[in-house]
Amino acid sequence: MNCNETKFGGAVVLKVAGRVDLSNADEFKDKLTAALGNAPGGSATGGLVVDLGGVDYISSAGLRSLMIVFKASKAAGKQFAITSLQPLLMEIFTISRFHLVFPLFDTARAAIEKQVPDALGEFDSHK
Amino acid sequence: MQITFWGTRGSLPTPINGKVVRRKLVNALVKGAGKNLDTPEKAEAFCENELSFAESGTFGGNSSCVQVDTGGPEYLICDMGSGARELSLAALGKHGPGKPQVYNVLMSHVHWDHIMGFPFFVPAFIPGNTIRFHSCHPKVEQAIRNQNHEPCFPVEYTALAAKIEFVPMEEGKPYEIAGATVTGMQQLHGNDSYGYRIEKDGKSVVYTTDAEHKPEDGEDMHRAANFYRGADLVIFDSMYSLAESISVKEDWGHSSNILGVELCHMAEAKKLALFHHEPVYDDERIQGILAETIRFEEITRPGDVPLKVVTAYDGLVIDV
Repeated sequence: MNCNETKFGGAVVLKVAGRVDLSNADEFKDKLTAALGNAPGGSATGGLVVDLGGVDYISSAGLRSLMIVFKASKAAGKQFAITSLQPLLMEIFTISRFHLVFPLFDTARAAIEKQVPDALGEFDSHK
Repeated sequence: MQITFWGTRGSLPTPINGKVVRRKLVNALVKGAGKNLDTPEKAEAFCENELSFAESGTFGGNSSCVQVDTGGPEYLICDMGSGARELSLAALGKHGPGKPQVYNVLMSHVHWDHIMGFPFFVPAFIPGNTIRFHSCHPKVEQAIRNQNHEPCFPVEYTALAAKIEFVPMEEGKPYEIAGATVTGMQQLHGNDSYGYRIEKDGKSVVYTTDAEHKPEDGEDMHRAANFYRGADLVIFDSMYSLAESISVKEDWGHSSNILGVELCHMAEAKKLALFHHEPVYDDERIQGILAETIRFEEITRPGDVPLKVVTAYDGLVIDV
């Protein structure tokens, strides 16, 4: 599993690639937590966008890591979004019913536009 | 071994009502229109071949009770949910009331849905029968005695005519019961529960209900997988979705279809039976969950050997 974090104004985008399972779920949670910590909270509009486009498998332990950080984002008043799910990953989210829990978007841009609109200009300027 | 499911519903018996029966009937009549179903044989073939299980039948609504026929003369039963009543009637129908039997009952725990069948377990009223409760759970005798007691039930425990025994078990220690080797494992559930691995002639069945597994807890996941290791059949508590079980229903003591597949994959088990169905789920929902679980198994399978996934229903018989 590889994680690559980039900040666009108030939006932190964490691009994840590889396989997330019981063996690296704790590491995944730590990366998510650190990335969430880098997003502004409080009165500033900030949030974490988790781009799973490079992930080909996620186990229950990985989904649990996402759930923990999603709850933490709510507690911190920060936005949270998951984007770019491959078809197989979308099936896993659907069968596990996490598609009903997490805010899902087709692309990181769509997530930022909806969740952290003030950061959209900076995101687009990096393209 | 032959496994018969007498009760598969979680938490509370859930009989279907007339409205549901009518809906199934109307659906079947519409689908059968113009098919010349003018004999019982044609109608039966139509139900079998052209209707889904949820359309032509029901997964049932009795609470947990599973019979494991080990081939010996004594009965081996997992839990005394409301399905135990029908089991007892079938046993009496088979043997007649005049031929005493020995009924060994493995108790996962003593929550109501797992003991409520005992007051209606007819062999308990007949002299000569022996009912032997085996469990790692320390409060089985207390729960069984208290259930047959006023003001909750008119027949006192002391009035039951059968010989009733309580045999304590230790977790992890194998016992010879009804001709099989039975080993218990503690599980995470309110007031504790225990799963049982039943082995006979190289075949193995794991009965693991009312058990919550935390997916991030590697130690628990590996412990459970080792308990299921190579099992021919794992009867698994899949009451909730994974999302429910690790969010709004966390610590409610139950697991999901996703964890059932993951643990069986880790254990290299051969067959998974989804069990302890959520009471609010209707037949169509349970059938849909089965289809999704089969797909999940397919897309997450670690090797080439498929794990067979089925959904338990009242009346299902599985040979291992």
